[in-house]
Amino acid sequence: MNEIYERLNKVFADVFDEDITVTAETTAEDIEDWDSLTHITLISAIEDEFRMKFSMKEVVGMNNVGELADIVASRRKR
Amino acid sequence: MKTPTFVELKKNLKKDFSSLPVIRLGIIGDCATQHIALSLRGWGYEKGINFDIFDSDYNQIDAQTMDPASELYEFSPAYTAVINCTEKLYMRFCETPLDMRSSFAATICDSMVSVWSRISENCRSRIIQFNFPVWDDRVFGDFGGKTTDSFVFQTRKLNMLLAEKAGEYKNVFICDIEGIQSRVGEKALRDSKMFCIAKMPFRTDILPLVARTVTDTVLAAEGKIKKCVVLDLDNTLWGGVVGDDGTDGIQIGELGSGHAFTQFQHWLKELKNRGIILCVCSKNNEENAKDPFINHPEMVLRLEDISVFVANWEDKASNIRYIRDVLNIGMDSMVFLDDNPFEREAVRSLVPEITVPELPENPEDYVDYLRNEDLFGTASYSKEDRMRTDQYRAEAERVSLQSKCNDYDDYLMSLEMVAEANPFDAYHFPRIAQLTQRSNQFNLRTVRYTEQEIEDIASDDKYITIYFTLKDKFGDHGLISAVIMEKREDALFVNTYLMSCRVLKRGMEEFIINTMVETAKNNGYKKVIGEYLPTAKNAMVAGIYEKLGFTRVNDNIFTAEVESFEYNKTHIRKG
Repeated sequence: MNEIYERLNKVFADVFDEDITVTAETTAEDIEDWDSLTHITLISAIEDEFRMKFSMKEVVGMNNVGELADIVASRRKR
Repeated sequence: MKTPTFVELKKNLKKDFSSLPVIRLGIIGDCATQHIALSLRGWGYEKGINFDIFDSDYNQIDAQTMDPASELYEFSPAYTAVINCTEKLYMRFCETPLDMRSSFAATICDSMVSVWSRISENCRSRIIQFNFPVWDDRVFGDFGGKTTDSFVFQTRKLNMLLAEKAGEYKNVFICDIEGIQSRVGEKALRDSKMFCIAKMPFRTDILPLVARTVTDTVLAAEGKIKKCVVLDLDNTLWGGVVGDDGTDGIQIGELGSGHAFTQFQHWLKELKNRGIILCVCSKNNEENAKDPFINHPEMVLRLEDISVFVANWEDKASNIRYIRDVLNIGMDSMVFLDDNPFEREAVRSLVPEITVPELPENPEDYVDYLRNEDLFGTASYSKEDRMRTDQYRAEAERVSLQSKCNDYDDYLMSLEMVAEANPFDAYHFPRIAQLTQRSNQFNLRTVRYTEQEIEDIASDDKYITIYFTLKDKFGDHGLISAVIMEKREDALFVNTYLMSCRVLKRGMEEFIINTMVETAKNNGYKKVIGEYLPTAKNAMVAGIYEKLGFTRVNDNIFTAEVESFEYNKTHIRKG
């Protein structure tokens, strides 16, 4: 799981273009630029990083980074 | 070049655009377009353009185009991207009664064309229409490909109808999303959940390619086009080394590994047919280098396809500069193809403006690689394009005559030149528009026009238009100059004065200026006003008005009084 968070930090830093450390509790409220537009970019970037795909339900339903990381952990291909 | 990712393009937005030329771009779509807008701005930075973008709200195509006071028209874009998506198209298809489905494409095409017409009536924007990536619902299986009632049939037909209509509407260009999909595949292009939750018709990964395609169209319409390919010979045009292996020893032709080179030569010949000048630059002795072009039965390219042929032992950078001088075109409109990485690197470092593609190692990959590099976009095509090679070859003969004449005046006289001057007419609209897009050096104000705009100007009695042709005893240069003059009280203002550099220093400049003044006189005007707007490339004409008898009024404005004008001497006869 630590490794997933490390890689998520990298993706977040890349997408938001600033140094970001996420935890399981991080939500869109915590990051200023995290709007619906950036959410899409973020989802695509995470899909690329872990070679997996989220379902529509997951994209709409995830409440924090912890839930996101759980989905990644259950499905990633690399 | 390596394509930047979407996130990299996004980062470009924070960079300094202030030194880049601004191009105003409107975006309207029936889907979410924010990510497309963002990619375009980011890609523009890569290409040296500051796209100033108006991105309309979701699903505003009709609202923005029907209201004459809309934000889009207020913004007055130079280009408008109209983005229609297949998902919405499918919804409309599903709502279409069964007995009307066979005419679905025609109906949709009509409604899209009326969007183009509305934009054209309300602003001077050029239009970049996205076509439809074909999405086959497989409701008919493969039978869908032959029944007019299927969605796949109608989508394919619609793309074809749009292409035909865009051919009529010269201000409209097609952004070939269908073409992108056929290259990358449907899975790479779209992600159904992205459309469901965000109405995004494209995956973010593919957006850089979409942005690139749109930008390439803009660049071509702005005159940033390639005009010439300089070719190496051994292991580029054929397999083997002709100096060692002899003409009958090189690999070219239907059989074996020579076939890769045959394919490559066919592709190059197609480039030549569409107006790209082919030149040779080879480290060889000339006789050996030319021999396959003359004597090898399976060579696709023959000597007459090559405009300038340079084979010697000099370094290639110097030879390329020589070719550039003979052709009189910008180095940035040239492409150099060589299989040898060392030569490529040497040319790149000595001639940084020229484009040097990183040709793959295996010859069978040359064409696929170059197709993907997509270097040869254009915004127009005319019959004259096909004659270009002959014209440059005739030019080489003139250079040779000139070297035999002692006196330049004698030489000009011996050319027996005849020029025609006529108002713009429908037959010449494409060529005139193309000249406004291609001419950089001999272009006083560098205003670019599409065919549609040229047509409008020609029929507008606020303007006087003149095109010029020139021929001499070696051949026909065709249409080489265009002049647009605006009527202003007692004067004619020269809105456009450009000339092909092929006919520089033949007395044509003089002939054109004389004709301008004469035209003003015949139409009862007292003055001709010329303006020079400097660009990075047109310094050669900075002093032209003054040199040819105009008086300088201020930094960039020059006038000629019709009554007292002293006509310039020229050896060109009026035809």
